[in-house]
Amino acid sequence: MALLEVEDLSVWFHTRNGVVRAVEQVSFSVDAGETLAIVGESGSGKSVCCYSLLGLVPMPPGRIESGRARFAGRDLLRLAPRQLRAVRGNQIATICQDPMTCLNPFLSLGEQLMEPLLQHRKVSRRAARAQALELLEEVGIADAGRRFGAYPHEFSGGMRQRVMIAMALIAEPKLLIADEPTTALDVTIQAQILRLIAEIQARRNLGVIFVSHDLAVVADIADHILVMQDGRVVERGAPRTLFRDPQHPYTRKLLAASRRGRKAAPPPPQREPVIGIEGLRTWFSAPGGRTVKAVDDVSLTLYRNEILGVVGESGSGKSTLGRSILQLVKPTAGSVRLGGTELTRLNESALRPLRRHLQMIFQDPYASLNPRMSVFDALAEPLRYHRLASRRDVTAQVLALMDDVGLPRSAIRKYPHEFSGGQRQRIAIGRALATRPEVVVADEPVSALDVTIPAQILDLILALVARHNLSLIFISHDLSVVRYLCDRVLVLHRGKAVESGATEELWAAPQAAYTRELLAAAPRLD
Amino acid sequence: MLRFILHRLLQAIPVLLVVVTATFFLIRLAPGGPFSADKAVAPEVLHALEARYRLDQPLSAQYLSYLGDLLRGDFGPSFRYPGRSVDEMIFTGLPATAELGLYALLISLLLGTAAGVIAALRPNSAQDYVPMSAAMIGICLPSFLLGPLLILVFGIWLDWLPVSGWGNVPGDKLLPALTLAAGYTAYVARLSRGGMLEVLAQDYIRTARAKGLPEWLVVCKHGLRGGLIPVVAFAGPAFAGLLSGSFVVETIFQIPGLGRFYVQAAFNRDYTMIMGTTIFFAVLIVAFNLLADIAAVWLNPRLRQQYRKPAA
Repeated sequence: MALLEVEDLSVWFHTRNGVVRAVEQVSFSVDAGETLAIVGESGSGKSVCCYSLLGLVPMPPGRIESGRARFAGRDLLRLAPRQLRAVRGNQIATICQDPMTCLNPFLSLGEQLMEPLLQHRKVSRRAARAQALELLEEVGIADAGRRFGAYPHEFSGGMRQRVMIAMALIAEPKLLIADEPTTALDVTIQAQILRLIAEIQARRNLGVIFVSHDLAVVADIADHILVMQDGRVVERGAPRTLFRDPQHPYTRKLLAASRRGRKAAPPPPQREPVIGIEGLRTWFSAPGGRTVKAVDDVSLTLYRNEILGVVGESGSGKSTLGRSILQLVKPTAGSVRLGGTELTRLNESALRPLRRHLQMIFQDPYASLNPRMSVFDALAEPLRYHRLASRRDVTAQVLALMDDVGLPRSAIRKYPHEFSGGQRQRIAIGRALATRPEVVVADEPVSALDVTIPAQILDLILALVARHNLSLIFISHDLSVVRYLCDRVLVLHRGKAVESGATEELWAAPQAAYTRELLAAAPRLD
Repeated sequence: MLRFILHRLLQAIPVLLVVVTATFFLIRLAPGGPFSADKAVAPEVLHALEARYRLDQPLSAQYLSYLGDLLRGDFGPSFRYPGRSVDEMIFTGLPATAELGLYALLISLLLGTAAGVIAALRPNSAQDYVPMSAAMIGICLPSFLLGPLLILVFGIWLDWLPVSGWGNVPGDKLLPALTLAAGYTAYVARLSRGGMLEVLAQDYIRTARAKGLPEWLVVCKHGLRGGLIPVVAFAGPAFAGLLSGSFVVETIFQIPGLGRFYVQAAFNRDYTMIMGTTIFFAVLIVAFNLLADIAAVWLNPRLRQQYRKPAA
């Protein structure tokens, strides 16, 4: 008999604007020692499906419309609140996406770690503490005794996720629900956490439900995969068959998103330098009199009509590098030359006319667009400011820009909230291109977008670079995106450039140890 | 932490100096003076009085000598109550006012937080609307209306509690404390409701539920600490406000407190008394704001670390 058997589960949300069918007639089962992966984009119902089993979906507005969930001889959906509480954290435990927001910032990690034990087992605090320390060692936290009283903000993302895992395991559950447990982490850390979950699962014969938006992440660990779209299961199967022969178009779309190829076009032959960076340093002073060397002695040349990828983990200084090049952050030392002009020596008012040539596309199109400016306002502002359009032809130019980035002309009076994430990023790209810049820095422009959207935006960027002879610096932590888009790659590690070279050469024969580590950690569908 | 406190104390000096200077010159700009009241006084007597209180000197000299006295902790003599110093009068009035303020603060914190938390547990239900509507009424009702109303109901109709006095009959402190607390209670309720609603929507609350903790533990252990930060930040200035704003309540209930001196002093143009009470309240406001900030830092581990000595 299966550990958990869910049949015909439907969860609807009854909101003021009508009924949202978040989960519709979903059935699956998980055995002990087995991993079930539920894959889909945000809003596909994959998380609601899991949390509703534990009564963790807010009700109202949520309501379980139908279904059974047999676990240890009982139906979870029909348990009284008190009985369900005895299951939660005890027999079924959860790990969530972002350990920063899922751990209580006001309580010490040790205190939070002991809670499930103190709640479900009759143990003393001393015994709970001993067990918690043992478990912290098991999930790979050195010096656990000293760090027992630490607070979440004192730990790195990967360490927090380890604590989260320890917290889930402490009462020795039979089933673990992991909701995107590695999405907020860097690739190398992601690889470590995935390995840790697999080890613990084997050791304890755990059943695992692994929720993810990325087929590549679950490829190695899943025994079964469930693909969900709009609350329904559209396809299911073992990874091998699913990857080899996907039936549903949506599965194919997800696969394509995880299986990006290499760049199609060869790099341009003529090499005309556009911007030259020499010995760039950007240091910040941190509390306690320390100095953070965010960018430390980086040199590079960007050529016309070229896309240079900058890769590295969070904290490697890649965003600061981008901002320092555009003089949005004043570099501490070094030179940035655009044409014949040394940018680092110019003050703000001397820089302003040059800003036309230096533009930026930001990561989050929700945050980077002014919610009170319509598409027209956002695109017309730079045109007017730099006197690129007269009052008469500003509308025509805005419409031309909208055509360029693939926005329907009818949307000109609309505001950002009326658009989807992908369309918003198109507005942001249009805004950056309005001044006909020479250099554009794109800082993770697709990582805030849903799984199947980035492909369209990446193709748009490729087309625009070719059409406008742009030079683009593309900052990303996602190696597959960089390979698809970039002609050359610069690898940053702790503010230093550890390696650079033509994309395919670097992929084929990475020189630096850190590059090799980074490439090996990236999840792949082969 | 010590550096933080020291830093804030140093910041308080210019604040107080501005208060002293502004009050000193403003009250002298107001028409009339301490001895220009009711009946006519013989010019010789007036001259003698002005000479005695240094009012015949130029304004700048008066200001400087006042500052000098102040540094020695001397608020000077009262102009209206001959033979009594301002220091003495403040310390006669303070105990009653402080006690009243403390009770009102406790009532508003306990009642307000409880109402706010209860409302936040089930937003947009009767459990939310009833306490929040009551809070709205509490904010709208001025104490000169609420006080007499309470006296009428509990003092006269029901005859449960004495209608006035302070410390003479058991129970006579309850009605004034309630009257003074009403507005603040309502404000605390709204603050704690807002704070709790925000915290209860956090992912870590779901984590706490996912651990199988009972709801009261989820709310009290995981929710309250974050949810009450806005209340703590408000409590400091609120206490200062309770102390300096108790004039109406003190008058209604015949309480020999500081608030009455303050207002009478303004009517009487009792310059030193006005200065003394204003400076005293300004010091209180600065001090309680500092206390509230310290409490907020203590509650939030992230801020706590920020103010800790940099690790070697």
